[in-house]
Amino acid sequence: MSIDMSQFHQVFFEECFEGLEAMESGLLTLDMGDIDSEIINTIFRGAHSIKGGSGTFGFTVVAEYTHIMETLLDEMRDGRRQVTQPAVDVLLGSVDCLREMLTAIQNEQDVNNASVAKHKTALEVVLNGGAVAEESAPPVEQESISEEVVANIVPDMPEEEPVEAQEQGWKIAFCPYLDLLKTGNDPVRLFRELNELGDLTTVANIQDVPGFYEIDPEECNISWDLKVVGDISADEIREIFNWVEGDCEMEVQPLAKAAKPAPAVKEIDPEPAAITPTNPAPKPAEVKAKVTTETKKSDTQDSENEAAKTTAKASSIRVDTDKIDTLINMVGEVVITQSMLGLVGENFSMDKVGQLKRGLAQLERHTRDLQQSVMNIRMLPISFVFSRFPRLVHDISSKLDKKIVLKLVGENTEVDKAVVELINDPLVHLIRNSLDHGIEMPADRVAAGKPETGTIELRAYHRGGHIVIEIIDDGRGLNKDKLLAKAIEKGLIEENNLLTEKQIFELIFMPGFSTAEQLTDISGRGVGMDVVRRNIQSLGGNIEIISELGKGTTIAIHLPLTLAILDGQSVAVGDETYIVPLVSIIESINITERMLNKVAGKGETFRLRNEYLPVIRMRNIFNVHSGNPTKSKEGVLVVVEGQGEMCCLLVDELLGQQQVVIKSLEANYRRVEGVSGATILGDGSVALILDVPGLVRFSIR
Amino acid sequence: MAQEAENKDIDQYHYSKNLDNAVQYLSFALGKEEYGVDILRVQEIRSWEPVSRIPNVPSYEKGVVNLRGSIVPILDLRERFSLSKAEYTPLTVVVVLQTGDSNKTRIMGVVVDSVSDVISVDKTEIQGAPDFGAKVSNEFINGLVSVNERMVMLLDVDKLLKLEELDQDESQ
Repeated sequence: MSIDMSQFHQVFFEECFEGLEAMESGLLTLDMGDIDSEIINTIFRGAHSIKGGSGTFGFTVVAEYTHIMETLLDEMRDGRRQVTQPAVDVLLGSVDCLREMLTAIQNEQDVNNASVAKHKTALEVVLNGGAVAEESAPPVEQESISEEVVANIVPDMPEEEPVEAQEQGWKIAFCPYLDLLKTGNDPVRLFRELNELGDLTTVANIQDVPGFYEIDPEECNISWDLKVVGDISADEIREIFNWVEGDCEMEVQPLAKAAKPAPAVKEIDPEPAAITPTNPAPKPAEVKAKVTTETKKSDTQDSENEAAKTTAKASSIRVDTDKIDTLINMVGEVVITQSMLGLVGENFSMDKVGQLKRGLAQLERHTRDLQQSVMNIRMLPISFVFSRFPRLVHDISSKLDKKIVLKLVGENTEVDKAVVELINDPLVHLIRNSLDHGIEMPADRVAAGKPETGTIELRAYHRGGHIVIEIIDDGRGLNKDKLLAKAIEKGLIEENNLLTEKQIFELIFMPGFSTAEQLTDISGRGVGMDVVRRNIQSLGGNIEIISELGKGTTIAIHLPLTLAILDGQSVAVGDETYIVPLVSIIESINITERMLNKVAGKGETFRLRNEYLPVIRMRNIFNVHSGNPTKSKEGVLVVVEGQGEMCCLLVDELLGQQQVVIKSLEANYRRVEGVSGATILGDGSVALILDVPGLVRFSIR
Repeated sequence: MAQEAENKDIDQYHYSKNLDNAVQYLSFALGKEEYGVDILRVQEIRSWEPVSRIPNVPSYEKGVVNLRGSIVPILDLRERFSLSKAEYTPLTVVVVLQTGDSNKTRIMGVVVDSVSDVISVDKTEIQGAPDFGAKVSNEFINGLVSVNERMVMLLDVDKLLKLEELDQDESQ
């Protein structure tokens, strides 16, 4: 029964990360005073399914680690333990640690043992410390703390197992019922888990196995005598057999060699072993040894199966079933229309033209709907990005000693998956900025007559084919004079330049610009805002700042809903057709040659409402030789804006507006300057989509 | 079953005598010269159709076409090898080739005069490309083989389709 488990890894990791996210958001919403048991249950469920999954897939490290979390959460759930802020912080840390571990395993790297061990001890301290305090036994607590200190000082020293551990262990008589296998339980898996707890020896009793011809392969006729050696609590053993409870008879006894003869434990027996402080020190060493063997194993698999590795990295998407149902519906409609058209075409005569036209119109409508619903599949709610920020705000605000509330508005606004993936980093940066520079210290806020707690609002909404994401803080706002002074000091602008308010705010996007008096590890190094802007522009969006000194700052990001479709204006240059993105066009003007002014005999400008704009002759810049040169005839000037710069493109003719599907040139070819992609026109030919900011830069050179 | 066995026989017939070392090449003509490419790299053979020009690229990169929804560049091999230009006629052929490293494959079309044959070549019979000195570039040629007294130059598809990355934007 050897199923290649690696095929399920991708799903497992996805589920784990989802579970972690649920745990994280649950932990963050936990209100200290008033504990909602439903939230604790959610967190517990997350931990439990990660544990179960990782056990099944043999990621022992993860399973062991989650087990400790689960124990802690279980106590909280039962009300045996108070939910305290420190405990929640440790759990949050554990979530991070788990995420690190899972990412490492996913990328087939070594797990960072030191950090795992650190978080593990922290968890154990909470677990033990709390439990001991409840039993009000101070001397034991002392002991556990001193042990903890030792473990902290020499975390990497491989400590020897205590001598008596050799003699500790359990004897288990495991006699499954005939139908154990039918319930989906595999005894081998149980043994594997047992083996991870300690040294396992198994003796199989096959006296009940019938003759070969009478064997029913679905029945389990074997029983086992198991001996597992190691410092293991009864709870841990019970945990493993939890799933087969009721499908077997079993008896668990401590090994006879134990110092004092312990009474035989019949299956479920609340053993206090889990609560007594176990020595934490040997555990990290143990984990380490296991991790190395495991990674070795995966390494060999890795080289054997290169293909599997690439598939594991393939990105996937979770789609609402409703969306798929709509899609299937739509495809059905298209098929019906197609067969109808087929019928019309079979015995075509002129009197069927009306029918044909109707069919074609229907087909067009269905195709459009189909396109829309396929696009919809790629749409994800922006909450995929937003959900990470409460944690970020929580962590940073406590680090900065600021009181900040994060409000999320419009989390269900849908946006293309590619946008979701790429918008995260810029947003993190902007929010960090708001936290660090925007919101003042509580004392300053009170002094300024504002509520002590600052608010950052993250808002997403749709506006005219765009998604707008706003980051609104009620902090100190941008200081225009300071910005100007800084820019002059850095030599970014001339002293007597007159800048509009907007232009001044734009200064913060310049590389190397920072007004923070003090650098922190959170922000203020003056790299970043330019990167943020570049990233957003590469997504086809733009970024805008509105700020009022003392009142707050709003940063608005406008992004296209999808990166796959674009509204374009097709223009002709000679025999070539190019597409200009409609969003970048300001206006188009019919001109004659003499409306252009030469500058220094070379460059050309056009005067548009008292502003001189550079003119780019598409024919020259793209070396088009076909058709009549524009010089002798009137052309069309398309005024475009890209990256804040305006310029005019001189083309021969405007052809028409249409939605075009963006195809990558780079997939089979390479990047071409002045071109952002290609599309396929109605006649099957290829047209290039112009990259307006790129063209502006290209023409200046 | 009988049919299958028959097919197998035919296949074996097509491979050369020595099955282990046989490699199949698609041969095509450029002027009077004959070239071959590994048949496993050939995706399809199409007739020439007008391309959309790409601005500011070397002249042998003719442009791009729409190949069932993907944008595929077309290279002119005559110009690539600095041979005399030939008129494109309806008989001009585009061989669509696959190239790429382990993680990314590209598809490109090359314009050739005509496709000749599929030849089976014994690996051991391939000779290394002679060094013509600086005068003639042999960077794309993997080796030479003679088939029925004709010399066929075997091309290295990956080198052939490697475009100079002129991405100045990236370096900025």
